[in-house]
Amino acid sequence: MPITRDEVAHLARLSRIALSDAELDHLAPQLDQIITAVAQVQEVAAEGIPPTSHATGLTNVYRDDEPTPCLTPEEALDQAPAVEQQRFKVPRILGED
Amino acid sequence: MELTRMTAAELSAALEAREVSATEVTRAHLNRIAAVDDRVHAFLHLAADSALEQAAAIDDKRHNNEPLSPLAGVPVAVKDVFATKGLPTTCGSRILEGWHPPYDATITTRLKQAGAIILGKTNMDEFAMGSSTENSAYGPSRNPWDLDKIPGGSSGGSSAAVAAYEAPLAIGTDTGGSIRQPAAVCGIVGTKPTYGGSSRYGVVAFASSLDTPGPFGRTVLDAALLHEAMSGHDPMDSTSIDAPVPPVVAAAREADVSGMRIGVVTELGGEGYQPGVLARFAESVELLESLGAKVSEVSCPHFRYALPAYYLIAPSECSSNLARFDAMRYGLRVGDDGTRDAEEVMALTREQGFGAEVKRRIILGAYALSSGYYDAYYGKAQQVRTLIIRDFDAAFGQVDVLVSPSTPTTAFRIGERADDPMAMYLADLCTIPSDLAGNAAISVPCGLADEDGLPVGLQVMAPAMADDRLYRVAAAAEAALTGRWGHPLLAEAKGVSR
Repeated sequence: MPITRDEVAHLARLSRIALSDAELDHLAPQLDQIITAVAQVQEVAAEGIPPTSHATGLTNVYRDDEPTPCLTPEEALDQAPAVEQQRFKVPRILGED
Repeated sequence: MELTRMTAAELSAALEAREVSATEVTRAHLNRIAAVDDRVHAFLHLAADSALEQAAAIDDKRHNNEPLSPLAGVPVAVKDVFATKGLPTTCGSRILEGWHPPYDATITTRLKQAGAIILGKTNMDEFAMGSSTENSAYGPSRNPWDLDKIPGGSSGGSSAAVAAYEAPLAIGTDTGGSIRQPAAVCGIVGTKPTYGGSSRYGVVAFASSLDTPGPFGRTVLDAALLHEAMSGHDPMDSTSIDAPVPPVVAAAREADVSGMRIGVVTELGGEGYQPGVLARFAESVELLESLGAKVSEVSCPHFRYALPAYYLIAPSECSSNLARFDAMRYGLRVGDDGTRDAEEVMALTREQGFGAEVKRRIILGAYALSSGYYDAYYGKAQQVRTLIIRDFDAAFGQVDVLVSPSTPTTAFRIGERADDPMAMYLADLCTIPSDLAGNAAISVPCGLADEDGLPVGLQVMAPAMADDRLYRVAAAAEAALTGRWGHPLLAEAKGVSR
């Protein structure tokens, strides 16, 4: 069994997804099945083969550093769940102490 | 002729000749949508008012003899993953329900500049993860050949809209097959351009090293016209290729394969493939040979590892990309009642805002990238990606294009694979290699499977930036097959009445 229910719960916490117990029961065996299948990549003899992260071969692409029009504060904040004093209003990020 | 039955090329010619106005063309398609979309459910948002405004503006320009591009006045449906200013962009997800992007994707801008009329936004599997549109939070789209069958995915709303004559053209995105598979199962044409050939700026990211926007049409020429209009270098996308768009329209018009070397991929066929799919594919290959192509068999031994490599690479990139949906700056926010901190609100929002497949992939990606597993999973998948690219390089040393079936089976029943992820993933078996290699591929209809009377797609794959070869081969096959059938394949679709 490559992945346990506890590991799935841990990864969900790291991914900031508050999975219910019922979902964990459902997802954990599915993930186990998927990981067993994708582990086939380990059969491939790939010693010394460089990894590919993307296929274009482009590196360090820059565009000209020229000022162009951008969003106004109103446009940038328009879709925010909560706004205060021309800022994104968010729940507290630090604990009580 | 009925306006909704005309191809984009025919509409373009009729508009140019002033036999019809853009307003009439747009109204005809909006009427068609009103008549059939309650059954097809291709669209998530309609843009009737802005479409008619755009059409009126094109008609004015034409009246004033201003220069117009070939697609001016031709309607197009846009997958709901492209940012569209003034129109919702949900990606089929609850987490973006009601979100209105403050800017246009580069491709949205290009469509507008070309004068194409944006009819609305089409349904999709949530964040483009799926092969059926069943992962849309807003319910599945349906296949116009048989309303009980899937229209493919993730760009299934776009393929269904084109196949149901709701739009002559549509755009989608292809990450593992999300344009070619829906095109194949709906009996239309769909292209995954070379990665970097079409801009990703303003396309909500799923797997950034793979995501490729591309066109749908009912004919190869129509797909080429849209391909040309939407593609080309974009300084806003750092992975955009700074080179001219390959001459896809000219190639579609030439439709000549004489002397071309065509390789049949040994590994994409055989066991696990539907007999009717293999039969139509074999006939297509014989047909291309009869048209003067030189056909040979080519082995790509690492393609059998493409699917597992993809289901490590794509989820890994997705787990990173979808971290942006944090309930802080836009989109859904759940549980912000003053008692919870930001991380709790994030976790509750993502729990309620994401569907099951998105959660599966985020967790799978987090697993593949975690320390201790990275080398065995993500690292190994990246090496396999290199080997698949080398297989392609070797193959393209021998032949000009490769061919295979586009999908192992025809459209399956809605619900059949909905809670069986591995079965769903197999739908992309033939399309994934080109995504991993970043080269170009097309699906073109090649007939109906005997077992179920549903469409089969022929896939053609070409080296990066040789997209024109796809259109040359697909157009030649289309012309010969349509000649044999006596009508376009789609004329046989019976799922949606007139």
